[in-house]
Amino acid sequence: MAEAGTVETHGAHAHDAHHEQSFWSKYIFSTDHKMIAMQYMFTGIVMALIGGYMSYAFRMQLAFPGESVPGYGVVSQGEYNALVTNHGTIMIFWVAMPVLIAAFGNFLIPLMIGADDMVFPRINRLSYQIFFLSAVVLIASFFVPGGGFGGAWTAYPPLSSSAEYSLTPLGSTLWLVAVALEFVAFLLGGINFITTLMNARAPGMKMHDIPMVLWMIVIASILFMASVGPLIAGAVMLFMDQVIGTGYFDPGRGGDPILWQHLFWFFGHPEVYVVLLPAMGIVADIICTFSRKKLFNYKLILYTAFATGIISFFVWAHHQFVAGIDPRMANVFTITTLIISIPIAEMIFLYIATLYGGSIRLTTPMLWALAFIAEFIIGGITGIFLGASGSDIYFHDTYFVLAHFHYTFFPIAIIGFFAGVTYWFPKMFGRMLDETLGKIHFWGTIISFNAIFIPLFVLGAAGQHRRIYNYQNFPDLAGLQDLRVFATTALLVMLAFQAIFLFNFVVSLVKGKPAGKNPWKASTLEWTTESPPPHGNWPEGLPNCYRGPYEYSVPGREDDYWPQNVPPDTAPAE
Amino acid sequence: MSTTRPIATTRSATGIPTGKLAVWWVIGSEIVIFGGLLASYIMHRIGHPEWAEYASHTNTWFGGINTFVLLTSSLFAVLAHYAAEHGDGKKAARWLLATCAGGAVFIGIKAVEWTGEIQHGYTITANGFWHFYYTAAGIHALHVIAGCIIMLIIANDARKGKELHRVELIGIYWHFVDIVWIFLFPLLYIAK
Repeated sequence: MAEAGTVETHGAHAHDAHHEQSFWSKYIFSTDHKMIAMQYMFTGIVMALIGGYMSYAFRMQLAFPGESVPGYGVVSQGEYNALVTNHGTIMIFWVAMPVLIAAFGNFLIPLMIGADDMVFPRINRLSYQIFFLSAVVLIASFFVPGGGFGGAWTAYPPLSSSAEYSLTPLGSTLWLVAVALEFVAFLLGGINFITTLMNARAPGMKMHDIPMVLWMIVIASILFMASVGPLIAGAVMLFMDQVIGTGYFDPGRGGDPILWQHLFWFFGHPEVYVVLLPAMGIVADIICTFSRKKLFNYKLILYTAFATGIISFFVWAHHQFVAGIDPRMANVFTITTLIISIPIAEMIFLYIATLYGGSIRLTTPMLWALAFIAEFIIGGITGIFLGASGSDIYFHDTYFVLAHFHYTFFPIAIIGFFAGVTYWFPKMFGRMLDETLGKIHFWGTIISFNAIFIPLFVLGAAGQHRRIYNYQNFPDLAGLQDLRVFATTALLVMLAFQAIFLFNFVVSLVKGKPAGKNPWKASTLEWTTESPPPHGNWPEGLPNCYRGPYEYSVPGREDDYWPQNVPPDTAPAE
Repeated sequence: MSTTRPIATTRSATGIPTGKLAVWWVIGSEIVIFGGLLASYIMHRIGHPEWAEYASHTNTWFGGINTFVLLTSSLFAVLAHYAAEHGDGKKAARWLLATCAGGAVFIGIKAVEWTGEIQHGYTITANGFWHFYYTAAGIHALHVIAGCIIMLIIANDARKGKELHRVELIGIYWHFVDIVWIFLFPLLYIAK
């Protein structure tokens, strides 16, 4: 340790920072954490566009059944199932996780703890390569005979285990292989994140000096690692059911289809918090910077996040209230599910307390962070109706559920991403995004998002079931067509507004105002190096850390922020 | 592959070497994978008393000898670590090869055992018990093979006196693979 300490503070840099790299080693086979973060982010954005395109195709089918969708064609029944299944799978495994955890985790962890890279750069590269392969396999599953898998992202057997039922003999296996590869990529990445945060912190950075976003990403990685194991075992079983004809999930041969549901949701519910926590962390950092205030009760937020993670392992069966589980178990899981809303509500209150009395700057990232809080509250509150087994029996598998989880996942994956990317864009690329375009994009996205999903709550409460190809065949539901058309129109508006973001992104990349080291006047370590940081991050030697991450508006100081790396002896005498 | 390690890799804020920390996290993630599989098996086993009859066709002798082989190879891994701690890379490499040989014997016995069972019609598709029998032992066998391959790479470095700290890391992993077998043996062979 002592040896490492002296090496760093004297800036004897092991990397060959000025060495010219070839295109391949710089962009494709890089082991640099920032480049891997960019690879994850751009892959995630491409997958988000694919997932968005899928939602466009099936929403058009619902609004205008049977008509040819511009840019897609007529959506057949099998294709409809494959589209909704893969829309869900892509948005969770290939958008939310790579962008929130892998892209921001890779970019921010070394920069925010004052290190030159992750502790295992080559494992990091391997993680991305496996992830990329998984994305290729998933997309390939659409182009095999039989088409893509259509058994929902939850892949319940027997529909998923037998080609006789799913009619997609190759598609369902490729889907499963892609998901399994994605898990491997995130296990490798997660081990890297956890060990890096544990071991590679700058000298002086104690547990409570770590920026909240890093804690959240690492807690999420631990949750993922602790919950995904049984599903990996389940995926092996399902794979063998599909390919070599075992009967793990076939009740006719001594198997049990409910077993899959348990294995899936034992992972599936913690997974919600795996993606939620990084978004909460991004929001925490942004609201501190733009309200120029210390995070209200840092330690309580941290311990609450840990508690949420632990409780999230005891709620999974609330997805199975109507699956034939013991009603006494339904009682238990109702109680645990209602309990888990308490820590999350508490964290939201602490965020609002951080805003209180702050000197608030409504920049684009701040707008996204505030929108996260507002929209996520709607998602959380509608969850209460579904966590309580009594009302869930009515709401189960309706559009109410669908609207509820889009009100949680949209704030997490999309709002969280936009908050993070607008905040760290200057650090990533050295230039500022355009604020006016950013605000137009923000309002266009937020308003149209609500316009999509509020009608779906109404439809769900009216009894509209999920995963139905054409509601015109149901006399009781056919009359609600106007709401479906409204939601689809709002989706078109929302997708159109994303063009503004892409335009802003590309133009700012080339022509944006140069950002300088610290455009937001933030106090965490990533803002103390150049933008974008060079290979090795701090060419003049890695920083030390002297204080917590959110020392804003400290009384008696000239600047309203106090960077973590400034030694205390420069402070004015008390 | 002569990449310079980043400074980050040489830091140790917890006092635990980074490589060792990572191996423990790998083992943590493996525990939940095997945990999920074995919990599923145990639940099924409790729900299906008739599986005891299927389990009676497994050969406890094969399982017992394999347990002995694997535990002995773990002893060799400890001796390799002991040699590496004393800076004797050549000796450490030899003990690692002995450990590896133990793994190879384990796989060989397994191959003979499975061949006999498959010839008697107890294939993986026969029924629920045999599903789990081949899946659990098969995933474990893949871990044995992976461990052997990694061990050969480490032994090759250790022979030249390089990366001696890795001898301990593969040892930790090998003990874990052993412990998994210690769970599988009673669950699949002894419980009848």
